[in-house]
Amino acid sequence: MKSLVCVSKTPDTTTKIAFTDDGKAFNTQGVQYIMNPYDEWYALVRALELKEARGGTVTLINVGPAENDTIIRKGLAIGADEAVRVDAEPKSAFFVARQIAHYAREQDYDLVFLGKETIDYNGSEVGAMVAEMLGVPFLSYASHMEMEGDTAVVSRDIEGGTETVEVKPPFVISAAKGLAEQRIPNMRGIMMAKRKPLNVIEPVEAEDPAVAVHYELPPEKGDVKLIDPENMDELVRLLHEEAKVI
Amino acid sequence: MHKNANGSTATASEVSSREDRFQHHDYYLLDDLLESDHLLARESVRAWVKREVSPIIEDYANRAECPTHLFRGLAEIGAFGPSLPAEYGGGGMDEIAYGVIMQELERGDSGIRSMASVQGSLVMYPIFAFGSEAQKKKYLPKLGSGELIGCFGLTEPDHGSNPSGMATHIVDDGDAYILNGSKMWITNSPLADLAVVWARAEDGKVRGLIVEKDMKGFSAPEIKGKWSLRASITGELVFEDVRVPKANLLPEVKGMRGPLSCLNKARYGIAWGAVGAALDCYDSALRYAQERTQFGKPIAQFQLQQKKLAEMITEITKAQLLVWRLGSLANAGKATPAQISMAKRNNVHMALQVAREARQIHGGMGITNEYPVMRHLMNLETVLTYEGTHDIHLLITGLDITGLNAFV
Ligand SMILES: Cc1cc2nc3c(=O)[nH]c(=O)nc-3n(C[C@H](O)[C@H](O)[C@H](O)COP(=O)(O)OP(=O)(O)OC[C@H]3O[C@@H](n4cnc5c(N)ncnc54)[C@H](O)[C@@H]3O)c2cc1C
Repeated sequence: MKSLVCVSKTPDTTTKIAFTDDGKAFNTQGVQYIMNPYDEWYALVRALELKEARGGTVTLINVGPAENDTIIRKGLAIGADEAVRVDAEPKSAFFVARQIAHYAREQDYDLVFLGKETIDYNGSEVGAMVAEMLGVPFLSYASHMEMEGDTAVVSRDIEGGTETVEVKPPFVISAAKGLAEQRIPNMRGIMMAKRKPLNVIEPVEAEDPAVAVHYELPPEKGDVKLIDPENMDELVRLLHEEAKVI
Repeated sequence: MHKNANGSTATASEVSSREDRFQHHDYYLLDDLLESDHLLARESVRAWVKREVSPIIEDYANRAECPTHLFRGLAEIGAFGPSLPAEYGGGGMDEIAYGVIMQELERGDSGIRSMASVQGSLVMYPIFAFGSEAQKKKYLPKLGSGELIGCFGLTEPDHGSNPSGMATHIVDDGDAYILNGSKMWITNSPLADLAVVWARAEDGKVRGLIVEKDMKGFSAPEIKGKWSLRASITGELVFEDVRVPKANLLPEVKGMRGPLSCLNKARYGIAWGAVGAALDCYDSALRYAQERTQFGKPIAQFQLQQKKLAEMITEITKAQLLVWRLGSLANAGKATPAQISMAKRNNVHMALQVAREARQIHGGMGITNEYPVMRHLMNLETVLTYEGTHDIHLLITGLDITGLNAFV
């Protein structure tokens, strides 16, 4: 199995989210970054398990600036063989997908793994776009995946249940919780990662037809109104007239 | 957690399921001074502590039981001898990485950090630095992988701060030495497979020996009744005419330089470790102060509580700078024993002060095992005393700056 695992960087889950004054971008000041958990815990680990069971290689790809190298090294410390960084700001899902597809097309991967979403913008778009650009099937929200001979059996989380599909590589698969279990890199892995190749390549042109024009935070939570449990009429009146939910 | 602030008592199972909400505190952006493998090492050990240590530690400390299953995990993550070369079971990392690992372990618990300090700095290090090639091959890989557990016997019932007065001794007997004497306060001793023991030879010089568990005449009874480092096991080492093969003598060192150079390694790690314990206390106190309200305000809004918190982070920041610089010196091979003493003394005392203040900020909750503070506070009393007491390290600095010996 020759696998490509797409990893992205995301603010630490405890980060306080703010936008720039003009509302056009995320304010990155003082933000700590981590590897996107869906990429790290599930996509990468499942790719490594398949390699351990059946042989092959695991390559990481990230689209981003040099600061991302720490996160990429973590992926190498967990066990990936090599990494590629496309040296560009990941301007949009379309831009990122173009870069990944361009690289993957030249390398003939059996499997392209990524997380079901990055926990910052939660777009869930990159996987589908990469699959479309490569002209291969896309299995989203995979919570289980086994190779049986040359066929993969994939369980997907769907509303209220699970769907099981059979598919032959090559394909793109997006990982949900359950696909694998988090691996904490040990010191040996961290030291080995220093010697593994991390190739930096130039981006290809990709003009996104859609542009983000504005971000805003959800409205602040209002005050709590306490209503006497005896006074049901008042509760109904407020739900109807003020909250306008009934 | 606040549900318990109004009087209901927490049971052990409630406590053991408590979430570790620790967050990173880096007031002076010292992370900018660290390399990516230091940051990765810290992230990994922190994740390991959150997963393996935090959920169980209060319970083990409460029952005064050592979580021995963690030896394997510590080995797997690479906490045993991280700065020793990889071919001898170490991690091949630098001294700052070693420090960062100790900091994260002690953020969890000083006892867990002690398990790692002893194995790496006090057992693997002397075998690596003073052992024969055969000893290194025989013991180091298995110590690094946690297959063998070691302990370090220097302190005696009548010789603590003055180990060079030791009474434990060896007598030449053909192909072996006959070892007699006893050691006291030995971390890990009751469950150790081997002990690195320091004893006086017939020529008066202190020598190191590797004593194995099943050697006749050797026993290691546990010391009970500790109110500190309760999740770490401590015992004695008793030697009654133990025949130790000559092949088990550490050939490359004679005199107190042997044990003292091990202590230097371990003290260095403790200087970092103490910062971890302090950070955990500060983290808990800061959150508690923001969440707990009295007189209609979060207590963090009162000046007295702010003074405590502000002084804590100030002292922690100074201690972080001290160990970072000490680590850089150690990497360059320039850290002196006296510099290490200063950092150990300052940082452990700082951590104890932070723990005491943090304990007060938590009010009554601060004395329970619902929060980590009282456990750290009790642990740090040991850390203040072992590996050279707070007083002894001051005398080392005094000797270093005046050239006058105040020990005797
Ligand atoms: C939990 C625990 C684990 C330990 N683990 C180990 C281990 O693994 N291996 C090991 O070898 N040892 C270990 N120790 C022993 C530890 O290093 C000693 O306890 C320490 O060195 C102090 O010795 P002591 O207890 O005999 O105190 P003492 O030396 O009797 O000191 C008592 C007091 O007198 C003061 N004092 C002593 N001499 C002077 C002086 N010249 N001037 C001024 N004040 C002085 C000391 O500062 C102290 O306050 C451990 C101790 C504990 C508590």
